[in-house]
Amino acid sequence: METISNSKTKVISNSAVPIKELNPQFLESKENKQHLIDYLLGVADNYLILGQRLGELCGHGPNLEPDIALTNISLDMLGQVRSFYQYIAQLKGDKTTEDDIAFLRKEREYKNVLLVEQPNTDFGYVIVRQFFFDVYNRMFLGALQQSADETLRALAFKGIKEASYHERFSGDWLKRLGDGTEESKSRVQEAVNDLWIFTDELFHSTKADDAMIAAGVAPDMLQLKEYYYEKVEELLSTATLDIPEVEYFQKGGKEGLHSEHMGYILADMQYMQRTYPDSKW
Amino acid sequence: MSEAEIKNLEAQFDAKIARDEKIEPKDWMPEKYRKTHIRQISQHAHSEIVGMLPEGNWITRAPSLRRKVALLAKVQDEAGHGLYLYSACETLGITREQLYEDLHSGKAKYSSIFNYPTMTWADMGAIGWLVDGAAIINQVPLCSTSFGPYARAMVRVCKEESFHQRQGYEIMLSLCNGSEEQKEMAQDALNRWWWPSLMMLGPTDAASTHTEQSMKWKLKRKTNDELRQQFIDQTVPQAELLGLTIPDPDLKWNDEKGSYDFGAIDWDEFWQVVKGHGPMNKKRLDDRRNAWNDGAWVREAATAYAAKQKLKKEETAQAV
Repeated sequence: METISNSKTKVISNSAVPIKELNPQFLESKENKQHLIDYLLGVADNYLILGQRLGELCGHGPNLEPDIALTNISLDMLGQVRSFYQYIAQLKGDKTTEDDIAFLRKEREYKNVLLVEQPNTDFGYVIVRQFFFDVYNRMFLGALQQSADETLRALAFKGIKEASYHERFSGDWLKRLGDGTEESKSRVQEAVNDLWIFTDELFHSTKADDAMIAAGVAPDMLQLKEYYYEKVEELLSTATLDIPEVEYFQKGGKEGLHSEHMGYILADMQYMQRTYPDSKW
Repeated sequence: MSEAEIKNLEAQFDAKIARDEKIEPKDWMPEKYRKTHIRQISQHAHSEIVGMLPEGNWITRAPSLRRKVALLAKVQDEAGHGLYLYSACETLGITREQLYEDLHSGKAKYSSIFNYPTMTWADMGAIGWLVDGAAIINQVPLCSTSFGPYARAMVRVCKEESFHQRQGYEIMLSLCNGSEEQKEMAQDALNRWWWPSLMMLGPTDAASTHTEQSMKWKLKRKTNDELRQQFIDQTVPQAELLGLTIPDPDLKWNDEKGSYDFGAIDWDEFWQVVKGHGPMNKKRLDDRRNAWNDGAWVREAATAYAAKQKLKKEETAQAV
């Protein structure tokens, strides 16, 4: 993968490297298929849990306009989830549906990062959590357009426009809150400090991720880590915010080791499916 | 302005409405017309945003991804309706802040139906089917009301509402085609939402204070009782199609008048809820007030940031 710099922004190249198509026999191996499924869960569960968190806010925003915008982002996240889960269901080739994947797993089987399960403490936290994720997500989808897997390329292509809009929305709000009033600055700085420790995990890779990187299906996000922090720090500076100095980061979500918040998210989300098993809605 | 001049303006104004021409914000209008429209349009806008709360209550628990997305989109549409309606209201010379203040202080009203709790998933179906169904009956005539901005907002609102109503009915249909438990859930929701939906169409004509004036200004085309009859006649066959029973033992087709007879509405309950003592009045207003108060620092930050940016732009322009 190649990054191109110009005076203002860096963009991840879409055309410089020819796409390597996946060998059709690749998915005939049970192990490869399982790795792909695990990899997809790691990607899609982030969208599910963040979409769910944003859904909690609908109707409670500080004003109608940001309320509508956050709901839009939630809808985009859930739209992405459905595409990914439908792809997983197709790979499994049994009777599994998108809803089985969304609602019927146990806590340890969800592979989202810890960042997205953090609560909606206030609007500042919501924006910072979103921004930290959005910068990553746009870079990720940009790079995924080079995937050796045709379906993933299509999903990345579909998602990237939305992701750019999300990043602009959360970035603009971060600037407003950081460079707004004294109160907003101190609140949003606190959110930045508290959530910073969850950013590193975005660049961790599991065994399944490594297998998919090797196969050219997944982008190697570790290569983009430096660029991620550059981008985030640049915006924090524009927003007149301090960059936290942190020695230790949190991790675990990608391996299914979640925070205490996760159980409550699932209790809400799975309530109907668990109470009325095997029903159609 | 002399009294004779005002009389003359009023006569021209009335004639314009009678000719089915629209009144626009900059046109002269009687003070009473302005006030009545601020009251009605804001009440309508408030109903949209308070109405987000009972349905918002089920977003995190929607039973499938498809339903979750549809519900989110629906609640978002309501926020959009609130936005157009507040904008239409603002053209009459009142700010959005003032409108919110009137909602939060309890001075302004919103549709009483939202003061009932959404207890089960079937309530999402019943609200779409019945509440949006009753709202459409109330609102379609407003697409040709006399005040231009309101009429134009309503055209869009009505289109989306009829989509919501179909979506609600479809939720009910899935439940009624499902397990015994799901059917019971659907019947229970109908039992709880039926009477409040009938009340939504307003007090009986005898008790309604605004009808005559509203008819003249085309804020109303039919009386509350006529609208209620229309709603019942339209909804009963839909319930039959679902295999559900309308919770009214006196409901009976009347061949002679070509419509349904129905039982007595509990107007004491209606007035209790309208006056602020329904099961969810306090919670709904608290939620709105909290969202607004908790968001104050965010709005202040946005204003302060915009001012700083403007200043910077001016300084740069001066330097050049």
